[in-house]
Amino acid sequence: MSLNSTLRAATALGLIAAGSAYADSHATTITIATVNNGDMIRMQGYTDRFTEETGIGVEWVTLEENVLRQRVTTDITTKGGQFDIMTIGMYETPIWGANGWLVALDDLSDDYDVDDILPAMANGLSSDGTLYAAPFYGESSMIMYRTDLMEKAGLEMPEGSPTWGFIRDAAAKMTDRDNDINGICLRGKAGWGEGGALITAMANSFGARWFDEDWNAQFDTAAWNETLTFFTEMMNESGPAGYATNGFNENLSLFQQGKCGMWIDATVAASFVTNPNDSTVADSVGFALAPHKDGIDKNGNWLWAWALAIPAGTQKEDAAKQFIEWATSKDYIELVAENEGWANVPPGARTSLYENPEYQKVPFAQMTLDSILTADPNNPTVDPVPYTGVQFAAIPEFAGVATEVSQEFSAAYAGQQSVDEALAKAQDITNEAMEAAGYR
Amino acid sequence: MATKASRSAARLMMAPAVILLLGWMLVPLTMTLWFSFRTYLPLRGGDQGWTGFDNYVRFVTSSSFWPAVTTTLVIVAGVLAITIVFGVLLAILLDQPMWGQGIVRILVIAPFFVMPTVSALVWKNIFMDPTNGLFAHLWRFFGADPVSWLSDAATPSIILIVSWQWLPFATLILLTAIQSLDSEQLEAAEMDGASPLARFFHITLPHLSRAITIVLLIQTIFLLAIFAEIFVTTGGAFGTRTLSYLIFQRVLESQNIGLGSAGGVYAIILANIVAIFLMRIVGKNLDT
Repeated sequence: MSLNSTLRAATALGLIAAGSAYADSHATTITIATVNNGDMIRMQGYTDRFTEETGIGVEWVTLEENVLRQRVTTDITTKGGQFDIMTIGMYETPIWGANGWLVALDDLSDDYDVDDILPAMANGLSSDGTLYAAPFYGESSMIMYRTDLMEKAGLEMPEGSPTWGFIRDAAAKMTDRDNDINGICLRGKAGWGEGGALITAMANSFGARWFDEDWNAQFDTAAWNETLTFFTEMMNESGPAGYATNGFNENLSLFQQGKCGMWIDATVAASFVTNPNDSTVADSVGFALAPHKDGIDKNGNWLWAWALAIPAGTQKEDAAKQFIEWATSKDYIELVAENEGWANVPPGARTSLYENPEYQKVPFAQMTLDSILTADPNNPTVDPVPYTGVQFAAIPEFAGVATEVSQEFSAAYAGQQSVDEALAKAQDITNEAMEAAGYR
Repeated sequence: MATKASRSAARLMMAPAVILLLGWMLVPLTMTLWFSFRTYLPLRGGDQGWTGFDNYVRFVTSSSFWPAVTTTLVIVAGVLAITIVFGVLLAILLDQPMWGQGIVRILVIAPFFVMPTVSALVWKNIFMDPTNGLFAHLWRFFGADPVSWLSDAATPSIILIVSWQWLPFATLILLTAIQSLDSEQLEAAEMDGASPLARFFHITLPHLSRAITIVLLIQTIFLLAIFAEIFVTTGGAFGTRTLSYLIFQRVLESQNIGLGSAGGVYAIILANIVAIFLMRIVGKNLDT
C-alpha cells in the first residue's frame, strides 16, 4: 500500500470515528427549558455529573419567568417539540395534564420514592390522581422580618400568624424615612405571578375570592375593596417609593440591603436573606407565618412548586425521565448539601428533608414547612370557590385575566386611579374574559 | 417583437414568482381573517368552529379597547410632535458649518441604529430607574425626590424613549431637505431686512413642508406598531397598553387566537384610515 492510500484510509477512518462520536454525544442530548431562579442555576452547575453518570447530554434554555411561560405554553399548544423537559408550576400542570399534553410520571423507580414528595406538592402537580410533574422545589409565603428593628420598635412578633392590623402597625413603627428604612416591602409589580399572586393570597385572608361558584367575578365585593384599600394605605404609609414596580427580585435586593423592616414573600427567599455573602442583614432575620385578618382563619400565604415535566410526544422520554429522577431525587439534595450547606438545598419538595436532623437546624426550615401545610388549594378562602389554587385559579384563562387585573391594581398603587376605579375595571376585564371563554 | 407565444411563455415563467409573492402576502392575511371568525382557544382543545362576528363585537365592546386606541394615538402624536419640532431645529443646527461636522452628524444619527429592545432596556435601567438611574441621581443632586418614571409618568416616558429613537430619522430627512435650500434666497431676504424668525417661517419652513409630510407619513406607519419599548418597560401597565399590545395580550397571554385575530383586523383598518388620511395631506402637499 502506498503512503498516499494509507493516508487516505486513515483520514476516512478518522472521519468515521469522529462522526460516530458526534452522533453518540448528540443522540441522547435533551433540551430543558427552565426559569432563571437561583436553585435552577445551581442545578445547571451540577449537570455535568448527570452526564458523566448516564452519558446523556443536557442543553439548557434558561429564561425569565414570564418569558418562560409564554415560550413553553406556545410550544405545548402548537406541539412545537422544542423541549424534552419543561419547568412548569402548579398552575400549568393540572391543566396540561388533563389535556394529555404531559407524560404521566406514574412509573418512577423505587429508589426515587415518589411517596416521599410532600402531599401538598404532589396534589398540586397531579390531575385525577396522576402525577404529571416532579417538584424541584416547593414554596409557600411567609413573613421575613428584621429582629433588630422589631426590638427597636418595642414590638414582638406574636406566635403563630399575626393579624394584618399588627403588621400595619409594626410597619409604621419601623419606618424610618431619614435612614431609608421602609417598614414593609411587598410586591406591586403587574403580572399574575408577581403582584397578582401576593394580592390574591392577601385577599383570601380578607375573605375575598376571584369567582363565585357560577364564575362571576367578585371584585365588586366589600372584601376586595377592603383588601386593596388596606394594601395601598399600608404601602403608602410604610412601603418603599415606587413599590408599584417592585417584584420578587426588587424586594429581595431591598431587603438584603437592609431597607425593609418586613417582607412577605416566597419561603425560598429565606435562604437568600440569611446568606451572609449576599445579605447585609443575614444575622438578624426572623420568620413568621403569613398574616390573617382578625376573625378570619385563612392566612395570606400561597402554595407553589416549580416542577419538571415531560411534554407528550418527545422522542427522548426515557432520557428525560432519568434526568427528572436525578434532579428531584434525595441524592441531588444531598449532593447540594455536601457542597454548599444544608441551607442551600432546594426546599419544600420532600418529607424526608424536613425529617432530617441536619436540615432541622436551618432557621427557616420549620416555618417553611408550617407555611406550606397551612395553604389549602381546594379551599383557599372563606367562601366556596369553583377553582383550585391558592394564589391563582387553575383555569387556562387565568394567566391572561390576572395579568390585566394586576395591571389595573398597579396603576392604583402608583396613584393613577382610585381603588374603586381599579376594582370596577378588574370586574369588567374578568367578566369579559369569562364570557369570551364561554363560562358565563 | 414579442409574439403571442413568447408573451404567454413569459407569463408562464413569471408565474412562480408572482404566485410566491402573492402567497407571501395573502396567506397570513387570509389566515388572520379566517381565525377572526372562529372560536380558537389553544388551551381548551383548539379550534372550536365558527362564531360569526362574535370576536369582532367582543373586541370592540371590551373595556380595554377604547383606552388602547387612545393610548396608541397619544403615543403616535406625541412622538411625531417631538421628532418634527426637534428634527427641524437639529437639522438647521447641523446645517451650519462647524468643526467636526462629520462626527457630530454620525453621533446624532446613531440612536436610530440601536435596536428598540436595547434602547428600552438602557433607558429603563440606566436613566429612569428610581433608585439607581441617572435621572434619580440628578434629581437627588438638586435636592428633589426621584421620580419613578415608568410608573408615575409611564406614557410620557415611552414617548420620550421612542422619540429618542426616531429623532435621528426625522433629522436626517430634514437635513437633506434643508441642504437643497437656495442660500441666495436667504441672503436676499436678509439684505431686505427680514428677521431670522421671519426668514425661518417664510422661507425655511415652507421649503421643508414636503420633507415634513414624508417624515409624518413614514413615522406614523412604524409608530402604530411599536411594541418592544412597551413590553420591556411597563408590560402594558400604567395606561401604556396600545392596540398592538392589547392584541398581543389577547393572543399570547389570554391564549385566545380568534379574539386576537379580530383585533388584528381592526388594527389593519385603523392603520389604513390613518394612512389614507395622511396620503391626502401628502398628495396635497406634493402637488403644490
